[in-house]
Amino acid sequence: MSTILTVNHLTKKFGHLTAVKDLSFTIEKGNVYGILGPNGSGKSTTLGIVLNVVNKTSGEFSWFGGDTSTHEALKKVGAIIERPNFYPYMTALQNLKLVCKIKDVSEDKIEEKLDLVGLLDRKNSKFRTFSLGMKQRLAIASALLNDPEILILDEPTNGLDPQGIHQIREIIKTIAAKGTTILLASHLLDEVEKVCSHVVILRKGEKLYSGRVDSLQASFGFFELKCDDLEKLTSYLSTNEHFGSIKQENGLVTAILTSELDAQSLNKLLFDKGIIVSHLVKRKESLEEQFLALTKNANA
Amino acid sequence: MIRLLQIEFIKLWNNRASKVLIISYFALLTSIALVAAIKFDIGPIKFHLADQGIFNFPYIWHFNTFITAFFKLFLAIVIVSMMSNEYSNKTIKQNLIDGLSKKEFIISKFLTVITFSLVSTIFVFIVSLILGLVYSDFNELSIIFTDLEFLLAFFIKLTGFFSFCLFLGVLVKRSAFALGFLILWQVFEGIFRGIIRWKFFDGETTDVIMGFFPLQAMFNLIKEPFSRLGAVQSVANQMGEKLALDYYIHWHEIVIVMAWIAIFIYGSYSILKKRDL
Repeated sequence: MSTILTVNHLTKKFGHLTAVKDLSFTIEKGNVYGILGPNGSGKSTTLGIVLNVVNKTSGEFSWFGGDTSTHEALKKVGAIIERPNFYPYMTALQNLKLVCKIKDVSEDKIEEKLDLVGLLDRKNSKFRTFSLGMKQRLAIASALLNDPEILILDEPTNGLDPQGIHQIREIIKTIAAKGTTILLASHLLDEVEKVCSHVVILRKGEKLYSGRVDSLQASFGFFELKCDDLEKLTSYLSTNEHFGSIKQENGLVTAILTSELDAQSLNKLLFDKGIIVSHLVKRKESLEEQFLALTKNANA
Repeated sequence: MIRLLQIEFIKLWNNRASKVLIISYFALLTSIALVAAIKFDIGPIKFHLADQGIFNFPYIWHFNTFITAFFKLFLAIVIVSMMSNEYSNKTIKQNLIDGLSKKEFIISKFLTVITFSLVSTIFVFIVSLILGLVYSDFNELSIIFTDLEFLLAFFIKLTGFFSFCLFLGVLVKRSAFALGFLILWQVFEGIFRGIIRWKFFDGETTDVIMGFFPLQAMFNLIKEPFSRLGAVQSVANQMGEKLALDYYIHWHEIVIVMAWIAIFIYGSYSILKKRDL
């Protein structure tokens, strides 16, 4: 597996504020990465640095193993940062032709990419007449013109309506299915959870976690239980060696697992003890819960 | 290089305002020919400007380059806005992300400046050549091609001025403010001249010092041509005055303007390099 981007001890200071602090991670080909973090955690700054628009304070980064200069490497990258920026007085087609010239690629993919994002029938409309969703989709088409090795998306669904968000997600899934490496920065966790295989979690410019999404969710999960005799249930669960803490809330018992136990075995176990449950669900923490736990821990 | 020019061309030519300004600029350059049509015919006074010798070779090179240089303001607007629009549309950011380096970005703008100056120079050359061939009293080849250094000066003067505009566009980021700054700078040079003339130096030293300021240096390249005109000269002679002006272009004046061009372009580049977008 080849390395696409390596970031080493990257730091960026804006005056007294440290936006990115000693950040290191690598991006391998073929994976879908998410950069997660609350607003102002340094996601966009990090992307800005590797995309040549923000100057780093210290540290280094290299594209494709460091053989080419950054701007040459960027011709093999497709990226959208925050808002789509195009020439408002030019049509979609003219804008994309310009991008082709900058990236030094031929113009014959323009129609195909416009079709992919569903803008082919509006190719001769001026950019300023587009809605935000259309602008964002044009930006994706533009980022795909060179069939990039990696697609970088910074908050691609920010400010869109539900349909727009859905369209963008569908496009991202289509692209990911083709095997393109994707780096997706977002503060929307379900978005990252749905499409990403790896995550980097940032908080105040510092890396809290980087690795696979499923190893982040490495806990054994937990059970949600309901029954008529709550006291009997809780007292039994607290004696069982499989469970750690047990919480009771609005008649719902939440029991955290400390070792592997499947729902079937628990059900049988409880039935044998004469406890009949009316509700039994085994769940894993969502990325959101994990993320909140992680960022909260770092707070303390 | 061709690629960088093409990039700028796409940006400029698809912008209606720039297109109109560029076309009107070149139309104005051609309109210098209309001066030839100025003709008064009031009873006994017959005046035909073309007969006054302004289209005589080699004087025409001096006259036309001096007059047409005033039209450069049209292109100045185009250049300032082509730079500041990149900031206001944030397209400069997108250009860099798409794989244009900051150096290439400045080079593409500078190449556009050079192209504008070069095309203007060629334009003025052709228009003057045709006007001269029609109206000039002297048509020997050796006379026609004397004093062509005015065209070189014209080219340097335009390049210098446009580089200044480019620099202001990068520095100020807003076209209206950049143009305002340009006017402010002109006023500043005027006031500065007044102060040093009044407090410190005699006229000659003041002129030498002012010759190092960008706008004055560009203006010095081509001196006013009117006092060189035959009619004016003969009037002065009758009054017993001798107008001994130095019309010629000095190499040190060209060097000063070229130094400014280098400072402006390198300055734009280093500002761009330092800035976070």
